[in-house]
Amino acid sequence: MQELIAPFLYDYMLKAMFVSALVGAVCAFLSAFLMLKGWSLMGDALGHAVVPGVAGAYLLQLPYAAGAFISGMLAALGMAFVKQRTRLREDAVIGLVFTTFFAAGLLLASIYPTSVSIQTIVLGNILGISDEDVIQVIIIAAVSLTILIAKWRDLVVVFFDETHARTVGINAFALKIVFFTLLAACTVAALQTVGACLVIAMVVTPGATAYLLTDRFGRLIILSVLIGAGTSFFGAYISYFLDGATGGLIVTLQTLLFLAAFYLAPKHGVLAGRRRQSSASSEGAIP
Amino acid sequence: MSSAPVFLAGASGAEGVVASLSVRDVTVAYPSGVTALLDATFELGAGTICGLVGVNGSGKSTLFKAIMGFVRPSRGEVRICGLSVNQALKRCCVAYVPQSEEVDWNFPVLVEDVVMMGRYGHMNFLRIPTAKDKEKVTESLERVNMLRFRHHQIGELSGGQKKRVFLARALAQEAPVILLDEPFTGVDVKTETAIIELLRQLRASGHLMLVSTHNLGSVPDFCDQVVLLNRTVLASGPTATTFTPQNLERAFGGVLRSFRIAGGDLHDDHDARSVTVLTDDERPVVYYGEGGPEEEPLRRTDKGA
Repeated sequence: MQELIAPFLYDYMLKAMFVSALVGAVCAFLSAFLMLKGWSLMGDALGHAVVPGVAGAYLLQLPYAAGAFISGMLAALGMAFVKQRTRLREDAVIGLVFTTFFAAGLLLASIYPTSVSIQTIVLGNILGISDEDVIQVIIIAAVSLTILIAKWRDLVVVFFDETHARTVGINAFALKIVFFTLLAACTVAALQTVGACLVIAMVVTPGATAYLLTDRFGRLIILSVLIGAGTSFFGAYISYFLDGATGGLIVTLQTLLFLAAFYLAPKHGVLAGRRRQSSASSEGAIP
Repeated sequence: MSSAPVFLAGASGAEGVVASLSVRDVTVAYPSGVTALLDATFELGAGTICGLVGVNGSGKSTLFKAIMGFVRPSRGEVRICGLSVNQALKRCCVAYVPQSEEVDWNFPVLVEDVVMMGRYGHMNFLRIPTAKDKEKVTESLERVNMLRFRHHQIGELSGGQKKRVFLARALAQEAPVILLDEPFTGVDVKTETAIIELLRQLRASGHLMLVSTHNLGSVPDFCDQVVLLNRTVLASGPTATTFTPQNLERAFGGVLRSFRIAGGDLHDDHDARSVTVLTDDERPVVYYGEGGPEEEPLRRTDKGA
């Protein structure tokens, strides 16, 4: 018993668990939308696209979140621009832009070595997070959550039927910009917990899991946020005992939940599908 | 009827607005250099069902996009209810019923959620539905006979049911102008009849509906106005004088199959009457006449044919 509450006795563990849960919650909120549009790769793209911003910020001794955010926004705008001006498909545009940014980041960091290691950016380091970074993350999460809670219904309409969104006076373009801004901001926040490589899991898996469990968008968001916050909290908690990478643990937990939903979901799960099939065929057997 | 003012009880956005649609010299050129629409001009008033007829690529969807402000005409102007497109959209003057292919049917929304989206223009900043919004949703679903499906996920419905849900959304929106994109594609005859009946009711209450359709045979059934499109407006006006075999030939070129039976092929005795059948892939349009298009086209079988 004493052992189980041990992580709560350390300041750095409390910070890690609390910040992880908060970041997990916001990323999960975004994931509810992201995975529905076939835009999941955007999360991956932004996770990599912020790298030159981080490297540049350390070089110029600016707050790293600002640099990451600026380069993430540039990447998002770049993708939107190329998409609008060419006939290229979305995945090609995303692949093109984010690798360019990542390459630029690697080049910057290798030509001008700074105090930040590439490893920290790529894998995250929540256990060693500084107090200033905690404040940065809390501000990002609080602002994002406020906007999402106020505007999630409008976002649903924009994602579901953009034409209709226009006819009820919703500015779809502006909302999409807001959405991707939030995505970029939360990607920066998630760099701290899971690192650039695993950011994509944070903004895809919780939503994908919840999608298997419900047909209502409101519930999908709530489930997704619970999954995101819960797995992030416990991932950080377990990392104390296993001495393993926090990011890896968080994403592993998310994947385990996804597998559970994949097989056991009441309506959309594999087992439910088999039950329906067998009951349909047995009904069919009765003349 | 055609000049009856629109009365939309309680419509906050479009209240007191009289339905009208004016498309003047609208030219749309895409960045690729393709001119999708050239000098399109027509006017429609309240209490109208207008069929928008033309081959694929004739500019029907471009015209819809221009009316909803998705593309800006390089020349000319669209005015809705006397307002500019953006003002009209802000005041919820236009409802749009999409083609089935445009909708993601796996989206996690229920039937009632979709219809509630029609109310968003009437709601506050946070879009929290009031009792009245919920009432309107129920009423709209009832009107299209879909109330008992309100808690179904939209992908679980048949083609005709899906279409009804989006009609219900347009009803809930209380917009005086309704655009329908191919509403009869993938829909059973029963639903088609029900949709047409609903459109007639809406016409009687002063709505203006622009319906793009391939279903030539049903155009004379329910459209009182027709716009024939092929890059530009070839002809527009009352169905009886506009929806003629000659105009259809111009609009469709060689795409339509045309059969004309008259004289000895149709009658044993001397008879000037003839029958003309025009068809693409869907329901054909049939004209009966004394060798001319003056008579209103009908859909029934002639004993002699």
